[in-house]
Amino acid sequence: MLPSKRLCHIGSMAAPAIDGWFTVDNDIVHLIGTRCADCRTVYFPPLTGFCRNPHCSGEDLAPDRLSRRGTVWSYTNACYPPPAPFVAAEPYTPVTLAAVELAEEGIVVLGQVKDLTVDDLHVGMELELTAGPLADGPLVWMWGRP
Amino acid sequence: MSVVIAGTGMHPWGKWGRPFVEYGVAAARAALREAGLEWTDVQFAVGADTIRNGYPGFIAGATFAQALGWTGARIASCYAACASGAQAIDIARTRILAGLCDVALVVGADSTPKGFFRPVGGDRPDDPDWLRFRLLGAANPAYFALYARRRMALYGDTSQDFAAVKVKNALAGSLNEAARYRKTVTAEEVLASPMVAAPLRLMDICATSDGGAAVVLVSEEYARRRALSTAVRLAAVSTVTPSFPNTVLELPCFATDSTAAVPPPERAFRASIAHAAYEEAGLGPADLSFAEVYDLSTALELDWVEDVGLAPPGEAAKLLRAGDTALGGRIPVNPSGGLASFGEAIPAQAIAQVCELTRQLRGTAGARQVVNARAGLAANQGLFGHGSAIIAIT
Ligand SMILES: [Zn+2]
Repeated sequence: MLPSKRLCHIGSMAAPAIDGWFTVDNDIVHLIGTRCADCRTVYFPPLTGFCRNPHCSGEDLAPDRLSRRGTVWSYTNACYPPPAPFVAAEPYTPVTLAAVELAEEGIVVLGQVKDLTVDDLHVGMELELTAGPLADGPLVWMWGRP
Repeated sequence: MSVVIAGTGMHPWGKWGRPFVEYGVAAARAALREAGLEWTDVQFAVGADTIRNGYPGFIAGATFAQALGWTGARIASCYAACASGAQAIDIARTRILAGLCDVALVVGADSTPKGFFRPVGGDRPDDPDWLRFRLLGAANPAYFALYARRRMALYGDTSQDFAAVKVKNALAGSLNEAARYRKTVTAEEVLASPMVAAPLRLMDICATSDGGAAVVLVSEEYARRRALSTAVRLAAVSTVTPSFPNTVLELPCFATDSTAAVPPPERAFRASIAHAAYEEAGLGPADLSFAEVYDLSTALELDWVEDVGLAPPGEAAKLLRAGDTALGGRIPVNPSGGLASFGEAIPAQAIAQVCELTRQLRGTAGARQVVNARAGLAANQGLFGHGSAIIAIT
């Protein structure tokens, strides 16, 4: 177990593929959602402006870091290179995807899975947030082994 | 007062490489012929839009009206992803029910590119449908695969079950002259087809097709006056949206809504779509003779069978294994052959489902006829919260 080494690797990587959706802070990756100040509903991707709870008139949605660990709701892979604007690595190895349920937030978040294939996954197993590069460089959040 | 389905028409599904308007006009003319009406009788025409065919696709109502020959008829165009056709039908029947017209034509047609659907071109980092490809490589089959895997984990469904759905629908489709795929298949062939998005294989996933479908809707009073067939009537058109929080990871989203503040609704979205249709029709699942459901994947048909109430959650595969959902079974599902045999022609598909309801209820479905069909349901769900369920009765 050399988590510090792996995570340092994250920190040295390129710019995020999208601004404001996740943060790499002291080599620890967090998804950034927003939380309604009135009803406490959580949003990912981060929502600004108006709360979407139909019973809430909240307009104060503040950034909030989401739980880093969750359980697999389901998972799959892309056996063929996905179409543009995805940039596929060459040679292509299947992208693994997991939808991970965060208990505290009551939300399921989809992400690529790092260093695991569908054969390593099962519904209900625990995963932890990390990050990794897209084939053309920029960094994206990924689910990984805790 | 009720709305009568006076005629249906389809241009065969395929990969024909012709402009979508040709499929639409062919379907419209066929529907008018079947109804015994002329285009000049139509007072209101609705086009279900296609977003992959330029400006004419965004204003499909006008495009079809011009191609059929301007008559001064009023028109509408609408887009609701896979539910576009159902919304178009809803607009037409509402106008008839409001007494604003007696004869409405609803048309949808699409001409599709090869391979996976991909986002409309250009850099659009504010569009989740663009971002899910860019950041995750999550093409549509990925979402179907997530649902399929979840069924396996929760209910013990197997790849053999999914293959059996394809075998069943291919057999029905082999009997449908409008279907694109007319060959029967074996489970072995399905299970030997390449894995696309585990656990789904190529033959578990529906293709994209060219095709066109149309229906002519009329008021009951007009049908009597013109001595048209009143055999089949619309009993319900449900176009409900989800209730917050939507706890199913929907295509093309990155996440579900959060249940941190508001508990999940009594019914998940897909179940609520059919529920609203049953309420409107005053019928229940037990009253159905058959159902057409949106089998974007084989596994998704099993989800739908439960969502429309034909089986309790987790027990759709049991019906399948018993042959209940096959042609000749207790409650045939996708007697048309479904998307497995058609491939998806987005704006035409929900209308095509209604064509099948009508043919079954009229008793003109030929070799795939459901015996003594009295009531049929067509269910479907479009991207971005578009539900659709239509019940037709005889
Ligand atoms: Zn709120």
